[in-house]
Amino acid sequence: MSCAPLSVDGLCFTYPGEHHRALDGFGLQVAAGERVAVLGPNGSGKTTFVMHLNGLHQLQRGAITIGDLEMCDDNLAEIRRRVGAVFQDADDQLFMPSVRADVAFGPANLGVPKAERDAIVERALTQVGAMDLIDRTPHHLSGGEKRRVAIATVLAMDPHMLVLDEPTSGLDPFGRRELADLLVSLPQTQLVVTHDLPFALQICPRSVVVSGGRVVADGPTAEVLADTALLEENRLELPYGFDPSRV
Amino acid sequence: MGGGHGSSVDRLHLAGDTIIHRLAPHVKIVATFAFVISVAISPRQRVEVFAVAFACVLTLIMVARIPLRVWLARCAVILPFMTMAVLVPFVGGGEQTEVLGVSLSTDGLWAAFNIAAKALIGASASIVLAATTPVTGLLEGFARLRVPRVLISIVAFMIRYLDLLVAQLGRMRTAMVARAHDPRWLWQAKPIASSAGALFVRSYERGERVHQAMLARGYTGVMPDLVEQSRPRSDWWAAIVVPAPVVAVLVLRLL
Amino acid sequence: MFDTPAIVAMHAPDGFLEPGVAVVTAVIAVVVTAIGLRRATDELGDRQVPLAGLAAAFIFAAQMFNFPVAAGTTGHLLGGALAAILLGPWVGSLIVTVVVVVQAVLFADGGLTALGYNTINMSIVTAFGGWAAFRLLRRVMPANSAGVVGATALAAGISVVLSSAAFSIEWLFGASAPVAFDTVFGAMVGVHALIGIGEGLISALVIAAVLAARPDLVAGAADLDLADLSRPARVGTRTFVIGAFLSTIVVAAVVSQFAVDNPDGLEKVAEDEGFISSARDHALDSSIFADYATSGVDNATVSLAVAGVAGVLITLAVGYGLLGASRLGRRTQGA
Repeated sequence: MSCAPLSVDGLCFTYPGEHHRALDGFGLQVAAGERVAVLGPNGSGKTTFVMHLNGLHQLQRGAITIGDLEMCDDNLAEIRRRVGAVFQDADDQLFMPSVRADVAFGPANLGVPKAERDAIVERALTQVGAMDLIDRTPHHLSGGEKRRVAIATVLAMDPHMLVLDEPTSGLDPFGRRELADLLVSLPQTQLVVTHDLPFALQICPRSVVVSGGRVVADGPTAEVLADTALLEENRLELPYGFDPSRV
Repeated sequence: MGGGHGSSVDRLHLAGDTIIHRLAPHVKIVATFAFVISVAISPRQRVEVFAVAFACVLTLIMVARIPLRVWLARCAVILPFMTMAVLVPFVGGGEQTEVLGVSLSTDGLWAAFNIAAKALIGASASIVLAATTPVTGLLEGFARLRVPRVLISIVAFMIRYLDLLVAQLGRMRTAMVARAHDPRWLWQAKPIASSAGALFVRSYERGERVHQAMLARGYTGVMPDLVEQSRPRSDWWAAIVVPAPVVAVLVLRLL
Repeated sequence: MFDTPAIVAMHAPDGFLEPGVAVVTAVIAVVVTAIGLRRATDELGDRQVPLAGLAAAFIFAAQMFNFPVAAGTTGHLLGGALAAILLGPWVGSLIVTVVVVVQAVLFADGGLTALGYNTINMSIVTAFGGWAAFRLLRRVMPANSAGVVGATALAAGISVVLSSAAFSIEWLFGASAPVAFDTVFGAMVGVHALIGIGEGLISALVIAAVLAARPDLVAGAADLDLADLSRPARVGTRTFVIGAFLSTIVVAAVVSQFAVDNPDGLEKVAEDEGFISSARDHALDSSIFADYATSGVDNATVSLAVAGVAGVLITLAVGYGLLGASRLGRRTQGA
């Protein structure tokens, strides 16, 4: 099984030392295998939400269930395996001296024996079309290559769900197209957090708009993007001349 | 970028397929240390030892096909000490010799020779090691030699992010120059130092984000083994052969 | 710091000091680094590898970056005291050690057999000595960001002088050239007092910038209220440079009085304290000192006394730094 449904209910979160709630009753249901775009202005709580899915923030109130697994301290290791987080800056994610070692990092932490690790690494890199990069040094890769390898590092952990934070940032149009093709080809449930509205429309049938720490709109991406009042209210803007109804 | 280390860490390694390139890194490290130590303990009057050692280093440079200008350029790091060595005979005390009408300290001349020879041979040996071994190979080599894994991981992370930080600092400086900031005096250094402070904050915050990315992939505080099992070959003969001529000549006189 | 022979205390090559000193300093360096590694693990937990790695990259990058000194000449930061004030002396000393070792192995900058004394001079003495000076200065400075910045300036400058003094003492035991200890001591300490001005100023400005942005990241200010710290410190850069320059001249003059020209001052102290005879006996009998460092000195007793006093000062400073380090709060690491 390689995809799982996600259920988030009544998530509230306040950063230590602050009064303002970064998440304020955040709720979201995602079916297995669905690709959902998470849209919203800076500071709306998107990143805080993403951090929760990986257990990088301690749950304060609310519940998160991935597949049949509820988020709690005992399940943390398994949750982190099931949820593959792809961070905004690929340089944060690719920290090992070689692509091979980087993709092997997750499986090694899971205790996969060395012999099996190599096969997993090669499968993950093949999946993202980056097998030729296996012996390269991460910081010599182009933006698009880094992004693909970063996705391979989480695919190597056999995740049931992918969470991608601004996956198109820093990519040229060609790299962006390649990324879209790759994501569409992957079977996992996907949450794509992005400012890139055309990209959301291209790969995600459904979008949610986050504002003030909760979901304020949820529907087919084309409809969400056609709601000019909603977009304006949430500081979202389509590129000049882009008409979502004519794509 | 000025400073002592203008080049990126990765450019230190010169790709090649010579016998020295192919040696297992941990063996090369041991050989280099053994060689440098045997040179460093040699008494200064044993000129023949230094001659043999220098010949060894030159042979290694030739065999490894390291271009001479690369070797010389990288030797530039010892120049300050060479300058100092040159001064020693002039300031040194003790017995004096006349050279071209200038009174020089005999002892000082020996000391200058000692410092210059050992510095040059030692630096050249390190240069051969770094030029023929990729950084990842060196890290693996030190791991095999039982250097604590945490320490090696810290070094690996430092090297991984060094270029990124240097590039950030470079961009900050470009931004300053673009606004006509051309400091010439120490008290004009404030913008540069402030950007260094900003760089520290960015580095630390990146460290925090990297830590989160590690946690997200199941990191529990123990770095997975960096040593690749794919190279079980141990060329220990090299660790004996490289320092052997120096040790042989050194010991010869004692017998 | 300057690209001139003035940097002799730093990145010394192979064979610069006699093998005995190389071995002893290497043992000390390995022991301190091993303890430092354990302490860093305690303080940073599983964040140790990424944070120490990035911090080491920062120090490495900062050393590569030139700042102006005078009329277009440039210098660069050493960073030991800065690292200690930012991250605490254990982590600070550890990461500067990492930088020193990597520079030797990868860049041939500093000999492999010189790693022991290079590590001691450039990372252990600067981090712990700088930290000790910083803690002492903090007591007499106001408890706000200006106090932290001021203490940083002086402590970073002092750390460079301590480093040069440590090198001079190692020279006493392992001189490889016929240059007497008092000449080396006077020249090293004098030159490094000047270098210390740049080190102090740049370190202070870096700390000021970090305090303004993320005061919680400055371990040396962990005892202060964050709200007070984020208010910018007013540092008159030009005033500082001129003031530091003048006080350096005074210090250098005093040092040279003691060390070279007029030994009476110290001798009198030694006589008063009643240790001059034992010092003299020691000087005459002992073979642990390099012949070079003691021969040709007009007054061997005095130069040994200078070395002794400097050695005691460095040991006290490093010891105090170690002691302070073991009591260091962990607030900065808890964020």
